[in-house]
Amino acid sequence: MLILTCPYCGIDADETDLAPGGEAHVTRHGADASDDDFEAYLFHKRNPRGVHFERWRHVYGCGKWFHAARDTMTLEVFGTYPAQTLVPPKTLQTKIKKKRPDWKGFKK
Amino acid sequence: MSEAVSALNGAEFNGAVRISEAGLLGMITLRGDLEDAKLAAAVKAAVGLAMPAKRGVRDGKKGSVAWMSPDELLLMLPYAGADQTVARLDKSLEGVHHLAVNVSDARAVFHLEGRGLREVIAKGSPADLSSMGLPVGEVRRTRLGQVAVAFWLSDEDHLTLICFRSVGAHVFAWLKNAAAEGTLPEFLG
Amino acid sequence: MSTRLADHGRLIDRTKAVEFTFNGKRLKGFQGDTLASALLANDQLLVGRSFKYHRPRGIVAAGPEEPNALVGLGLGGRFEPNQRVTTTELFDGLSARSQNHWPSLEFDIGAVNKMMSRFFPAGFYYKTFMFPRAAWKHLFEPVIRGAAGLGKAPSARDADRYEYFYAHVDVLIVGGGIAGLAAALAAGKTGAKVLLVEQTADWGGRALVDGVEIDVKPAAEWVAKTLKALNSMENVSIRTRTMGAGVYDHGYALAYERLSDHAPETTGPRHRLWRIRAARIVTATGAIERPLSFAGNDIPGVMLAGAVRDYALNYGVSVGDRTVVVTNNDDAYLTAIALARAGLNVPAIIDARSKATGELPEKARKLGIRVETGKAIGKVIGSKRVQAVTLAAQAGEGATLEEIKCDAVAMSGGWSPVVHLWSHCGGKLNWDEDQAMFRPDPARPPLGKDGSGFVIAAGTANGHLAAAPAMMDAYAAGKRAAAEAGHKAAEGGAAPVAKSESQDRIEPVWLMPQGAAYKLRAKTWLDFQNDVKVSDVQLAALEGYESVEHTKRYTTLGMASDQGKLSNINGLGILAHSLNAEIPAVGTTTFRPPYHPISFGAIAGEARGGLFKPVRQTPLHDWHQKNGAHWEPVADWRRPYCYQRDGEIVKQAVTREILNTRQNVGLLDASTLGKIIVKGPDAGRFLDMLYTNMMSNLGIGKCRYGLMCNENGFLFDDGVVARLTDDSFLCHTTSGGADRVHAWMEEWLQTEWWDWKVYTANVTEQYAQIGIVGPKARQVLEAMGVKGIDLSAEKLPFMTFAEGSIAGIQARPYRISFSGELSFEVAVAASEGRAFWDAALEAGREFGIQPYGTEALHVMRAEKGFIMIGDETDGTVIPQDLGLHWAISRKKADFLGKRAQLRSYMQDPDRKQLVGLKTEDPEVVLPDAAHAVEGPKRENGMENIIGHVTSTYYSPTLGHSIAMGLIKGGSRRMGEVLEFPVAKDRVIRATVVDPVFLDKEGIRQDV
Repeated sequence: MLILTCPYCGIDADETDLAPGGEAHVTRHGADASDDDFEAYLFHKRNPRGVHFERWRHVYGCGKWFHAARDTMTLEVFGTYPAQTLVPPKTLQTKIKKKRPDWKGFKK
Repeated sequence: MSEAVSALNGAEFNGAVRISEAGLLGMITLRGDLEDAKLAAAVKAAVGLAMPAKRGVRDGKKGSVAWMSPDELLLMLPYAGADQTVARLDKSLEGVHHLAVNVSDARAVFHLEGRGLREVIAKGSPADLSSMGLPVGEVRRTRLGQVAVAFWLSDEDHLTLICFRSVGAHVFAWLKNAAAEGTLPEFLG
Repeated sequence: MSTRLADHGRLIDRTKAVEFTFNGKRLKGFQGDTLASALLANDQLLVGRSFKYHRPRGIVAAGPEEPNALVGLGLGGRFEPNQRVTTTELFDGLSARSQNHWPSLEFDIGAVNKMMSRFFPAGFYYKTFMFPRAAWKHLFEPVIRGAAGLGKAPSARDADRYEYFYAHVDVLIVGGGIAGLAAALAAGKTGAKVLLVEQTADWGGRALVDGVEIDVKPAAEWVAKTLKALNSMENVSIRTRTMGAGVYDHGYALAYERLSDHAPETTGPRHRLWRIRAARIVTATGAIERPLSFAGNDIPGVMLAGAVRDYALNYGVSVGDRTVVVTNNDDAYLTAIALARAGLNVPAIIDARSKATGELPEKARKLGIRVETGKAIGKVIGSKRVQAVTLAAQAGEGATLEEIKCDAVAMSGGWSPVVHLWSHCGGKLNWDEDQAMFRPDPARPPLGKDGSGFVIAAGTANGHLAAAPAMMDAYAAGKRAAAEAGHKAAEGGAAPVAKSESQDRIEPVWLMPQGAAYKLRAKTWLDFQNDVKVSDVQLAALEGYESVEHTKRYTTLGMASDQGKLSNINGLGILAHSLNAEIPAVGTTTFRPPYHPISFGAIAGEARGGLFKPVRQTPLHDWHQKNGAHWEPVADWRRPYCYQRDGEIVKQAVTREILNTRQNVGLLDASTLGKIIVKGPDAGRFLDMLYTNMMSNLGIGKCRYGLMCNENGFLFDDGVVARLTDDSFLCHTTSGGADRVHAWMEEWLQTEWWDWKVYTANVTEQYAQIGIVGPKARQVLEAMGVKGIDLSAEKLPFMTFAEGSIAGIQARPYRISFSGELSFEVAVAASEGRAFWDAALEAGREFGIQPYGTEALHVMRAEKGFIMIGDETDGTVIPQDLGLHWAISRKKADFLGKRAQLRSYMQDPDRKQLVGLKTEDPEVVLPDAAHAVEGPKRENGMENIIGHVTSTYYSPTLGHSIAMGLIKGGSRRMGEVLEFPVAKDRVIRATVVDPVFLDKEGIRQDV
């Protein structure tokens, strides 16, 4: 039963107020995509042991989508940030690197 | 217009707290850039109130306004005036990207009154209902049991709760059950 | 025999007698008794039968760790099986029944299993019930089902009330012994918000039984003073009868409050499930004593030493007149001393250790108690009661040195800290060699959202068995928990000083005597409730079970409702020994919540009966209810399936409604239809991406049917879009799809096209939407009184809408049709829905208007070959499969699902495609989902299935059955006759036809 802080309304939201949305920062491939790109877009999702970037929606709250950086093993939450970005904020990446020196860094 | 009936037609219940359905209330969802001065001016013109703070609710003589999300407000005013107010908002916001829509009939509104109202809600919401977690004048959107609700306290003894109209009967039954005499844990003081 | 003593019993009130029944027998106890102490006071040693062998079993413990004494409690709506007598507070009128026996507790047929025990070894079920297959159904299963199961399921509806309560605190402290109280005091002084819960009705825990002194006074005085202090702190809440049941991620914990189990007639909830968010959780849950493994250790009268002491001192009950104490540690001497001081006989203390010279053994000797060191119990003699024990050398195989007559045995194999809550969420344990127990490893706590440990074990639960260090540890834990929750400790808060008698080192004993022969081991119980013996675990090891988790499942060790509270460590000791491994290398099984069983009522909370699930109601719900609605669930909505008139069966009502709508005029509550406003400069562009066809070029005032696909290309919703203004659209969705579609729109707007200027609002419930449908629809509307709208076919043609006033109500009629008839779907404010509906019925009377339900709607749309999301689609169907090519734009560069629909598999001409099906016998209706088969059977003997029926009805309009189905390559099969085997000897044959059965040209709707 996670608690994630919604970066929009600032509420420490209970997991039951949230809806998960899978991996964050996935690039959409549209009508002109190659077979490989499209397959990767639809089906090749990361499921790492450790640092992961996820999409969540504060569905019972303000209704906004946001991203969470989380350790899938320890459930430590490194931070949450608005969904309107293509990459995690630099400061957050630095913070994660400090906490998890083995982390290979954010890759698209 | 005279034949309009609210979701529960003003039903009431007296238990550990007093619960009443508010009857017809004008409600307008206004979406837009809340930082935009034009939007703030339109809100002021509509309900006579300044832009609420994040999660805030403001009450005035003409109506109320509640912060629902970073780009959404809920304006409350007398039922009969909702359509004209939407028209006025649209007019004053011409050229400004926004959405104003009358949702007066899409909601059920309840008033809770009495000392134990925080505990009644805490039986169904994972939100922190303590006075630290939910100060007076702050809106909380969360779930109550299995349905989405929004609520706020106008003072320690008065809470307003809004849900979708279709689950109004369910929420009323839920609240009556939670507010049955002798069932409050007396934890929140 | 067990009996009530003349004195002692700090928890009972001897002036208040309480009557109760056990198996119908009327018995007496005192207020403050547990059912266990009251039964013992009445010499009711035998309280149940074991699960597998139906051996006679008595009370072993005095707390929630009790494995044997489970009874059915209460009657009727308050009956509940498997309740522990040790955690049941006695009240006047309590009714208990023992379990697992037939015909009676004293004489049980199932006990013959005992004689067959050699045939019930570890893995018995796996080994025996394999072949032949038929034997399962006719022999094994009925026999097992008959004999298995603990207790009986209640048959009456639960008469009680249950609820949840969500609480947010800085520090949750579990356990109201002196450690928990000290932690609460320390945390409370900092101003932190503290919740302290205790599972029993009393504070202070074992310290009050074991003669602990705090600040140079009896512990009871300190407990009373501390409770007073805690009660005066506004930031501290304390609750008895509330058990910490589970600890979960991010400081979430469940506590189970039993409000009226001890007083069933009081008002209010019976159980309350606390759902707690705590920054820090302190587990001050104490320790549980371990049994010793010797032959006959399950015979009634053999009990944990601590429990014997509890019964004597807390309840004034002696378990026997002559009690042999058997131990491997000093703690059990407290029992011998307490019994001797109460005037009872202790013939011997049998101590497995080679010497016992500590403070307590010396005290026992001084009282004249015989202490035998280096000795063991060879076996217990007796069946339903202990009669004697044999004395043997611990180092030997069990040869009898002496028989000691006794009627009770108090055993102690040492104490195990209760680490469940620490472990639930990943806290790790260390094996403490000196104290022969697992204890929390402070370096590996369960981690919270900030990455730091959020559970702090305290006191005995943290491995401090003596009062002094336990007290210091707990006080520090309370302080630390508060500090970590952001509340710095106040000045001058020193820990109280506790003192207890010193104890010498324990010597672990996993088997008694250590070389016990097979015959003894096969009577030496590890898990009392599940009848697992030492020999079973040894057999499992012999058969190659090395993992403790596998051994658990193979032998059922620790799988009973006590979850191995008594048995796990002893079983582990035996397993480790058998595998020649160290205990920490074998490890423990996983600790899972709840710590102790909690009621289903508490888990369900208020969600039962009318509150089980929120049912969505339209503004016309009450009218439907009063007018014969036969309800159908549609997503979370309730919609009338049909309206039954007096004497009508459902089918007749549906037929009447269809024919009346086709011939005259029908009235439909379509309010459940989703309605979403999409507005902004980019609204058209946005809808072009969401729908397969073009929406941006839709004229203002016009309607267009659209399809929505996901990125896999699969169709998931459909509906009519109306263009309200230049920059705003109203999108209709399916009844069940409104929330999903709205979320879908917001997802794309927020996470992909966040620079597009579009706002959405779900206005589904703002409107009552009422369909006036049929050839006379226009006449009805006109009769209602229309202002500001020209309803003529020229001014308001098919697929347009207008706004104005109908029956004096602001209304927006849409010329859209799901029936193929002339149809006006009129949206009015939900609050005026009922007024509009009444006006339509009134005005429509002369035209024969009748309401119709969802089934008539379904039949009529199927007659027209209109698809239904969820019938013709199942999450694997693309619009092309349904022949909806006309609704898929070729001009648009992109839309959601476009790329997927270009994938080779989606282009396969042999995909299942929608066809109409006409049965050879027009009266026969194909069953829903019936399979079409073709050609020879497949290799595996299954039919070669080429498709299935998606919608099927009898059409009263056409006078024959109609169906639609998805059939492989269906569009090329027109005229083919397909076979649908629907039963062993029954095949329905149907011809593939166009799915539009009625009015293909659409003349009826376009008038």
